[in-house]
Amino acid sequence: MIAALTLASPVRRDLLIRGGLALGLVAVLLLAALALPPEGPPVSALSRNLGPSLAHPFGTDSLGRDMALRTALALATSIKVGLFAAVLSTAVAVVFGLAAASHRLADRLVGVATELALGLPHFVLILLIAYAAGGGMAGVILGVGLTHWPRLTRVLRLEAQTVAASDYVAVSRGLGRGPVWIARHHLAPHLLPQIVAGFVLIFPHAVLHEAGLSFVGLGIPPHLPSIGVILADSLRALMAGHWWVAVFPGTGLMLVALTVERFGEALRRAADPTEGVA
Amino acid sequence: MTGWLGRLLVERLIRLAWLLPLAMAGLFTLVSLAPVDPITAYVGARVADVGPDQRAAIAQAWGLDAPAPERFALWLGHIARGDLGSSITFNAPVAEVLADRAGASLTLIALAFVISFAVGLGLGLTAAATRGRWPDRAIRGFAVVLTASPGFWVALLLIALFAVGLGWLPSCCAAPPGLTADEADLAARLNHLILPAATLSVVGTGPLILHSRARAAAFLESPAARHLAAHGARPGWLVWRPGLRHALGPALAVHLAGTGELIGGSVLAETVFAWPGLGQATVRAALGADAPLLLGIALATLVVVFLGNLAADIAARLLDPRLRQA
Repeated sequence: MIAALTLASPVRRDLLIRGGLALGLVAVLLLAALALPPEGPPVSALSRNLGPSLAHPFGTDSLGRDMALRTALALATSIKVGLFAAVLSTAVAVVFGLAAASHRLADRLVGVATELALGLPHFVLILLIAYAAGGGMAGVILGVGLTHWPRLTRVLRLEAQTVAASDYVAVSRGLGRGPVWIARHHLAPHLLPQIVAGFVLIFPHAVLHEAGLSFVGLGIPPHLPSIGVILADSLRALMAGHWWVAVFPGTGLMLVALTVERFGEALRRAADPTEGVA
Repeated sequence: MTGWLGRLLVERLIRLAWLLPLAMAGLFTLVSLAPVDPITAYVGARVADVGPDQRAAIAQAWGLDAPAPERFALWLGHIARGDLGSSITFNAPVAEVLADRAGASLTLIALAFVISFAVGLGLGLTAAATRGRWPDRAIRGFAVVLTASPGFWVALLLIALFAVGLGWLPSCCAAPPGLTADEADLAARLNHLILPAATLSVVGTGPLILHSRARAAAFLESPAARHLAAHGARPGWLVWRPGLRHALGPALAVHLAGTGELIGGSVLAETVFAWPGLGQATVRAALGADAPLLLGIALATLVVVFLGNLAADIAARLLDPRLRQA
């Protein structure tokens, strides 16, 4: 009991700190985007290509727009797209994982689908799906959302099979409980934490892939604020020595991905204490 | 000795036999779904010169008015004869574009593969040797940050620092301006290769550091390592000899299995540096609605990933005989 407490408390503390950081950062960025004008900071001929200063902490771009505001707006777009895509991927993973665990034929089909999805490099598949969807916002969300399910599918399938084969489910069945009762009382408590952790862990990958897709010009359309487009435009400014145009937006994206990834890892450890021990 | 290899190859051939047709059908479906009119994409800027009659003639010559399964069969038939179609963007047969550009991509990917393997394994073992102390923490932090960094952004940082700030390395292309890669001398070509390869090597390094650290740490805490230490083995020797032997096999297997991600990363790295390889061609094909080239690249990639996975399995079995039983 004491061992369990001392084991549990650092995990819980980690979870609280990392969760607070990740959710706080995401919330601040989303709220900032709500408060800021959606068309972005004004163009100003007087303040072009300024380095970082107190007035413009991230500097300004070649049109005199404040990079801090542009970065905040772009990160908010990235977060929204990442959330959509992660929800889509999680939904696919839940359907596939449960289907595979409950039916042998479905298991085979899901296995084939997984092999196919992993047969191409992640980014190439995303690019092809985005192309098939005609690019733009729908292309990004479908491309990123339809490619991040295999890992979580595997986790959920294994977990559901383990629970379904356990003694207490056999006892419940023997006592006359129906499949819905078993799903609600035995399966859901095991699967929900895994689903939440899987969702949070998909998010940073989704955000990074979204930025890559927008960077090569197949993602978020250029008139919307996005890190990928900002970075694609920054190449010329970089050549002129304006390093801040690329450094700060990328750092922002990296921090979002990093904090959420750390939060996801903590969630997974909390959901499955045995993992990572062996 | 050959028993396990033969079994593995047969098993993989069977998998390829059902995977490839399914993947081809999937790819064909994806590319057909795209809301691009192939004729418009083909005519491009000459759209004003092409009337409805000519459009109908092109559609008929290409078999575009046939139903999807028929077009798929037509495409399969062409591929069986080694005809991958012709690329609109490069105005050349797809097979030729693939052959021309594969070398540049393979050079880049191979170098990045070696760099990230050496760096990942070296840093991972160093971290394991200094478990719990500051080098370990710094290396782990570096690995986590690296994993969360978009590769193309790292490319931009490298350009800002080494190409613009210090002026040491070129920021673009595979050869100096005005020359093709074949005309440039070896030094110039290597010079152009450094930044793209460094960028691409970021892809697999982070996970590899953490993986080889975990493997080596598990060995260093095992009874075998304690036994050697009790007999007077120095910690440094323990890490870099038996520790390396323990971490090498799994690390190589993980790294080979990640070849696919290197190809994915090369799309971005080649775009940043205007590297004349297949990654850049992928983006141009997608932007230019060049369906034949996109399909050709996807098929070639599929085969390379398959071979990479096979190589990973063989390497793992060569380095760890216990796996051959399974």
